[in-house]
This record gives sequence, structure tokens and C-alpha cells, in this order.
Amino acid sequence: MATIYVDGKTYEVNPNNNLLHECLQKGIDIPYFCWHPAMGSVGSCRQCAVKQYKDENDTTGQIVMSCMVPAADGTRISVDDEEAVEFRRSVIEWLMTNHPHDCPICDEGGECHLQDMTVMAGHNYRRFRFKKKTYINQYLGPLINHEMNRCIQCYRCVRFYKDYAHGDDLDVFGAHNHIYFGRHEDGVLENEFSGNLVEVCPTGVFTDKTLKEHYTRKWDMTTAPSICTHCGVGCNTIGAERYGSVRRILNRYNGQVNGYFLCDRGRYGYDYVNSEDRIRTPMMRQENGELESASKELVLNTLKEALKSKKNIIGIGSPRASVESNYALKKFVGSDRYYTGLSDTESKLVDKIIGILKNAPVRSPSLKDIRESDAVFILGEDVTNTAPMMALALRQSIRQEPLKLVDMLKIPRWHEYAVQDTLQQRKGPFFIASVTGTKLDDIATRTYRAESDDIARLGFAVAHILNKDAPAVKKLNKEVKQLAEVIAGALKKAERPVIVSGTSLGNEVIVHAAANVAAALSKEDRRTNLSYIVPEANTMGVGLLGGGSIGDAIRGVKDKKADTLIIFENDLYRRANKSNVDSFLKHFKHIIVVDYMQHTTTQRATAVLPAGTFGETDGTFVNYEGRAQRYFQVYYPEQEIKESWRWLRDATLQAGHNDFKEWQNLDAVVGAINREVAAFRKINEAAPNSRFRIAGLKMSRASARYSGRTSIRSHENVHEQKPPDDPDSPFTFTMEGYSGIKPPGLTNLFWAPRWNSVQALTRFQEEIDGPLRGGDPGVRLIEPAQRFSFSYFTDVPAAFEKRNDEFYTVPLHHIFGSDELSIKAPWIGELAPKPYVLLNKEDAGVKEYNEGDEVEVQLSSGTWKLPVKISDSIPAGVIGIPAGLPGLETAILPGWSTISK
Amino acid sequence: MVSLLKSLWYVFLHMFQKRVTVQYPEEKNYLPPRWRGRIVLTRDPDGEERCVACYLCSVACPVDCIALAATEEEDGRRYPDFFRINFSRCIYCGYCEEACPTYAIQLIPDFEMAEYNRQNMVYEKEHLLINGEGKYHGYNFYKYAGLELKNKGKGEGENEAPPVDPKSLMP
Repeated sequence: MATIYVDGKTYEVNPNNNLLHECLQKGIDIPYFCWHPAMGSVGSCRQCAVKQYKDENDTTGQIVMSCMVPAADGTRISVDDEEAVEFRRSVIEWLMTNHPHDCPICDEGGECHLQDMTVMAGHNYRRFRFKKKTYINQYLGPLINHEMNRCIQCYRCVRFYKDYAHGDDLDVFGAHNHIYFGRHEDGVLENEFSGNLVEVCPTGVFTDKTLKEHYTRKWDMTTAPSICTHCGVGCNTIGAERYGSVRRILNRYNGQVNGYFLCDRGRYGYDYVNSEDRIRTPMMRQENGELESASKELVLNTLKEALKSKKNIIGIGSPRASVESNYALKKFVGSDRYYTGLSDTESKLVDKIIGILKNAPVRSPSLKDIRESDAVFILGEDVTNTAPMMALALRQSIRQEPLKLVDMLKIPRWHEYAVQDTLQQRKGPFFIASVTGTKLDDIATRTYRAESDDIARLGFAVAHILNKDAPAVKKLNKEVKQLAEVIAGALKKAERPVIVSGTSLGNEVIVHAAANVAAALSKEDRRTNLSYIVPEANTMGVGLLGGGSIGDAIRGVKDKKADTLIIFENDLYRRANKSNVDSFLKHFKHIIVVDYMQHTTTQRATAVLPAGTFGETDGTFVNYEGRAQRYFQVYYPEQEIKESWRWLRDATLQAGHNDFKEWQNLDAVVGAINREVAAFRKINEAAPNSRFRIAGLKMSRASARYSGRTSIRSHENVHEQKPPDDPDSPFTFTMEGYSGIKPPGLTNLFWAPRWNSVQALTRFQEEIDGPLRGGDPGVRLIEPAQRFSFSYFTDVPAAFEKRNDEFYTVPLHHIFGSDELSIKAPWIGELAPKPYVLLNKEDAGVKEYNEGDEVEVQLSSGTWKLPVKISDSIPAGVIGIPAGLPGLETAILPGWSTISK
Repeated sequence: MVSLLKSLWYVFLHMFQKRVTVQYPEEKNYLPPRWRGRIVLTRDPDGEERCVACYLCSVACPVDCIALAATEEEDGRRYPDFFRINFSRCIYCGYCEEACPTYAIQLIPDFEMAEYNRQNMVYEKEHLLINGEGKYHGYNFYKYAGLELKNKGKGEGENEAPPVDPKSLMP
């Protein structure tokens, strides 16, 4: 702790930070532009000037940039000094000389850091009378709008894009006062994290293009804390609605999870909520065989007979449905008749993963832990495409090891350019073993390309080198052995290594190999971080809840004698062979699907009930780490769209079952889970319950300055209606209620007096860049046992052998396209690749295929005609097919396939 | 008794005073041009809608009686998709006009808006939009905004320099 003096007042501060950081921390307003807690200080905007004094006798002082001065013990500064105030005022006046007069049509208006800083620095009258500079804008793709006129040259965009996210197609061009931030030519921004430019840019140069389609100001949106539904990472988001449609997703800071940033899939995938393919009304199969809308009463009444006897019902849950809904279904149909809705492979892998994380001497790390790792070994995952935000975290880890040098030289870590000059090209150890090239290859120390069993063999070999108790690998070739030595050496030296693996290749032995490596690395006092990537928002949740896979359901259907099938938010055709699902569905007289999107399974249903997305419902998801996080309903839908468990409650009540009679709100469900499922003992700590109040008030979803309250619905009826109640959460749907700083799990708006932009975040953090006030939200359900019971996995596979007539077919994941939901957003669809089959050069040569040739790929789950893509990074004898793309959803991978022309 | 007679006397005298009651509606009072009455949406000198759907009027409105939604033409010109004022709530404070950065929304000297049916007090854009500039003549926001539009390239607005060439090294 150090003591600093600001305008005569004494403050206790952390001397490892800079003055700006510490002043903001203490609630002192200093205007700034280029400083960002995640990206450090560079001192380029000159806005955060303050006066520094030598000692108590110094009355003259000198102007310094507060972001570039350490908060050393005894520092005396003045923020309110007349000269400093005048300096800051003139700096912003210069910045504003060329700023266009377009706030009314600028999407940043009302949440603009430049607006805030202009007011804060006291510039209010324009004296510059000359012509304004203008710039030609660029087309940067369907996600980001570019309006270069508004730029104030703070360099934050390139610092994020190049230095933080390692993108290489956005840069600064030109010289002196002709500086231009953009690409070398028009085109889609290639980096997967480009959407963060919207939040990083302090003004309106980069704005959300998808918001532009239905533009609404920050103050007019109804917002609620949400969890991203597009992969297993569980980033915290803020969903925002106006006029009954979700308008945008903003990042919601969680120090342990996503921090300041989101990936583009998470930020822009929201439009499925507004999609045409949504199910918004109950539907029933009519006598003519068509599925048509019907009233809720009629449908529930018809379901009476189907739901009469529980013994005739089979329930299939889903990894994209909340823990609560899955639990309700499991409770109703019983453990032996409930299936998690995971595919065979996923189910097997997830069970394994949970077992390992609970019992092995390892620990599942949060993204923060991953950012702080100093050695990385990835086994079989293309992390950028399967868990994008984890990839961004991994990108930060390459700095950790070389940062020791920075510390040794006593350079403060926030001094970004000094740090960069010291680091030069130094990178921490980073090893990737994958089937084909990944987007993280640019930062890797070494990469290894092989078929999935061979990847596992490398893992087993590394584990054996680290600890001789781990099984050895037979017949390992020399090169791989050498690589294993290198990897083992680097991991051994590291203080905080992380092993990353996952389910994306559908290979069990990789999961085992990763566990062996991590366990072999663990010491008495330190457990190695082992992170398994899972595909969907609640895969871990259903895994913890437990139950058979879809395959088990299909195989067991004959013995169960069931005639009613309830499916919650799941498209079975994506997870099991089409023919098997077809014959499975034939066993049932009643197929009740509760879902929000139309898909092949809903088309086979006899009754469909409209479930809610993250926009219309509340619930809990468990992420890859085992962190349970609550998401809250964003808006009140026009139609009767409800949580799946509510539909089940209503339908079963109607049918005469009293299981769920007591379930009036979410708290009741959460309470039941809490009591009855051991794995979810802590689930009620994920967020405050619906009885939570501050000063007797519920929390407001709308901002304090929400507009149009008496006019939005006045065209329907001029007499105002009572706003809807929310029994499930401590939120109101209006601006009534508490609108100050809410507890961490309930933060739905980053705003503070004088801070209208997202930079208001500093006011919500306990310490800047640290946890939110009151601790980061979410609760870890999987903590490693004190005493572990682990014996090394010994199922070392044999080396992959290429077959003559068949190819081992692996799924290739794409950030845009592989996710079932985000692809429904038109702009994500635009960015998704077209279906293809990736073939090794050698194999293509043997088969005499050229790039672009149409070939027929025959898998056990079907036959597809796909154009050939040739690559030298995929091993011979293996082919790749993009997972989940429209048209390829029903391809069940991995598996063996044949190709013919 | 005396006070009673006094009052009667004053009443009698009042018969000879000048009448202030106006025989409305036959006779109409003078309303100054800046009188705050019915709200209209005006057009710019080129006849295009002035409103750019910035939402400032709706946020300034103390009774929250303005609701609108922004939309865009193909060239990026923003305008309100719908614009609704619930006059049964409006208090004619004029804050919306004050907040409007483009002179689009204006209060005019007209108060004859009474309705038998309250629902008719809800005005949509077609009821609000007039074919003129209203009180403020000659202003066209898009000329000053620096935005590129169908018939206005970068640097062609008022007080704008031609676009910067980032490849030039000349001072």
C-alpha cells in the first residue's frame, strides 16, 4: 500500500498501478481515452493530464499524464488545478475540431465516451472556424459499421485488434493529420473478436451494424443480465430489448469469465430470438396431418390423455435448455425414463469429463486462470471455433512467461509500450496438437497435426515423461517422442500450466490423455489447470444432472413400452442417425416438443409448445468450468411463451398430476433442485432469488430514463395497462424499482452519473480489472475433491492407420455456422462457410480430385455431395466435414466414410 | 349592511367596464407564433423529412408521451419508421422542440384538439408530418452532418474539406 495525495486529500493506493487507474478507483473523475484496464497505458491521447508536485513545498508543479505515472508512495497531484483543467479542456477542444456534427444520427450517441469526456473536461463551445476533415468509410463486413469522420485518433482500436486479439487486418495508415484506421482495402474484418471494437472505440467510428437495423438508444432498451447461449464458455452478456424484439447483446463484465470482451458469435448471434423460424404459439397436428396453431387450452386439454400415466412417458432433455427445465422433466418422468438429450459420444465424454474434474488431481480453470497461465498444451481442439473466448484468453497467456523479464527489469506491467519493447517477439510455451490447422497456430511454439488417436498418443507420451507412473506409449516414432520431450520440459518449468482439451473431436482417449498430462503435472501443493471444452451452453448442466443419451433412449425404447415422448428444446436429428431417430419416433403415439425454433423434430411432433429463449425466460446454465450462472428474462413477450418447465407444470396439472402444484416461480424449482440433486447443492447461490430487494424495491430492467412509457402501446389502447409482473426474478419490467448499482449477478446496465458509456464499468468493480463489487457472479459446482481418487488412464490407442478405401471423418468446427442457434441470425449466416469436404493433398492426388470438384461422401448417417477443399495440414487418410452447417446438421461425426465422384 | 351595499355598487359599476370575454369559437384570440400548442413534424427545404429519429424528443419528454422507431433508407439516411405522440398525456411543455437537433419537431399555435373519443388523441406520423418548414426556415441537418448520402458524397457538405487521402505524405 502506498499513500498518495490528491488535491490535499490522502488516499491509500496500490503502488503497482498508475495514477489514473487509482484515481478512477477512488471515484475521482479524470477524463481519458486511450487507457483501457485490459490494454494498459500508452499516453497517446493526452487527456488525463494532472499536475504533479515534487513535495509539500512545491507550489509550481508540472503537468503529467496520470496514466503514465506510477501511484508511488508520497505522490502529490492535483486534478482540480486550474492549469491542469485548462490543459484538459484545450486537449479535448483540439480533438473536437474535426469531429462531425452528427451525434443525432450516430449510434454511439447517448453512450459515447467522447460525449462524456467533452462534458467532463469542460469544452462546450466550438471556436474552430475552418473546414472539417472528412474520410472515406470502408465496408468492414456485416457486423461492424465504419464512420471514420468521428475518429479522435486514440489508437484503442488497433491496440485491441492487433495487440490484444492478434488480428492483422486492421491497422493505422497515413501520416501526421491524415491518420486513418481501417483495413488496407474494403472487406470483412477477419478477427473473431472484431465486435469488441464497438465497445472499445470511445466514439462512433466502429458501431454495431446489426443494431443499426433496428436502432434504439441505450436509455430506451429494457435490459437484463444474461448468459451467452452459443457455446459452452458461458460468457456473461446483457440482452437488450425494445418493441418486443431483442436489439443487441452487450458484454457484461465478469472478472472470472469473459472480462471485458465477447466473441462475434456471442455478440451477434442473438437474432435467432427474432427469427421467422420461432415457434410463438402452441401447435397441434390436425386430422389432415398438418401441424397448425391452436389455442393453449385446446392443446393442453388434448395432452391430458397422453400424460395420464407417467409410465408411458419418455422424456428427452437438452443441453440448450436450462438446468431447471431438464430437472423438471427428469423429476416428472423419472430417472430411468429421462435422457439428457446428448448424443452418444457427447454423453460418454461429458460423463468422463465430470468424473475427471471431480476426482483427478486437477482443477478446472476459469477464463481468468487461463489468461494468467504461463504454459499451454491444447489437445485436439480448434479453440477459436469451439470456445472462442477461451481462445482470446489463451492468446493472453503467451505473455505470462516473458512478463517475468518485465518484472525483473522493474517495468510496471501497465506500461504497455515499454512492456512490448521488452517482450519483443518473446512468447510463452504454447503447444497445439490438432487434426488440422487452427486459428491459434500463429502464436504456437510448436504444432502437431495428426489424427485424433495420434493426438492422444502424444498426450499419453507427454504424461509418461512427466511421471513414470503414467502408461508409456508403444511404437512412438522419433519425431513425436522428441516433441513430447519438448512439451513435457516446458510444462514442467511452468508455474501455472493449463491443459486444454474437449469433446469436439468426439474422441474419448484424447480426454483421457489430457487428464493424464494434467495429473502427471500436479504436485502436492498445486493442481494443474485442466480445461475441457464442451459444445453447448448447458452441456455440463445436463451432464451433472445425469441421464442416458439419445442413443440409450433409442436402444431402450422397445423395453419401455412408452407411447408418449416429451422433448425439451432439442433437435434429435442433429444428434443421432436419421434412420434411427425416424424409427424411434414411430414408437410413439404422442410426440410433444417444447421448443422455440422450428426444426426437423418439431415437424414430426403431434403437439408443439412455445418455449422461451434467453430473451423470454429465466434459468441457469452450467459452463465448461462447472460454473452455474443465472440468466434473466429480458422482456415480456406478446404471445404466451414460457419456460419449458412451466409448460410441463401446466400440462401435468391439467392431466391430474400434482407433482408441480407448488411450483409458482423459479425459486421453487431452484429450491427443489437444491434439495434433491447433490451436484447442485450450491445452485441457489448463482444469483439472488426473486425475493431480493434493495430498500424494499425490486430492480428495474428499464433505465431510469426509459422513454415512451405512455405512448408505446397507446395506439392499441389509450388507457394504460398495468405492467406485467415477474414472479421469477427480483426485476420489474419497467423503470420502476432500484436503478443504482445492483448486486453483481443482477447488473443489467453499466451507467453511473457522468459516465454514460460502457466505461462506467470502473464504478461497478471492487477494484479496476478485478471482481465486480460483491464478487464475480456465478458459483462453481465442481470443486476438486480434497482427497482424489485417480489412477492413470491406460487405454493408449494404437497409432492411426490409414485405410485404403475409407476415410476417418472428423468434424471441423466453425465459429460462424456450427452453432445451431446463431446461424439463424442473417449476418452470421452470411459469414458462415459453404459446406465442403477437406481432403489431404496426397489423398486428393491418389483420387485425382481437384479443388472444387463435387464428390459424394458416404457416412453411416447419410450421403452428402460436397465440393473438395485440399489442404496439406490435415493428415492423410482423414477428411474433415464442417460440423452443424445448414445442410450438414444431420451428419453424425466422427466416423468412417467413403468418397466417390 | 354597508358592506353589502358597497358590493352591490361595485357589481353595478362593473356593467360599464370593457368586456374581456372572447366569443370563442366565433371570435378567436391572437396566439403568438411561439405559442406552445399542437406538435408537428416539419420538412427540410428540400421537402424531405427533417426528423432523423435520434430519440432526443422522446427522452426529453417528462410524461414519456412520444414513441418512435428509427429506420434507414438504403443510402443511410435515417428517419422514423413510426412516430407517435399521445396527446392525451402531452403537457405542451415544449421540451421536445428544445431537444430537437434538426428543428423537426415544433409546437405551433393551435390548441383546438379536443376529441370526444380519447383514442383519437393518439397521433401517428401521418397526422404529425406537415408539408413545410414550420417556424424555422432554411435548415437542413444532413448538409452539416458529415454523413455520406445518395446525392452528397464525403466532403460535399457545408464546411467540409475533401476526403483525406491516407496514402498521401504531403502535409
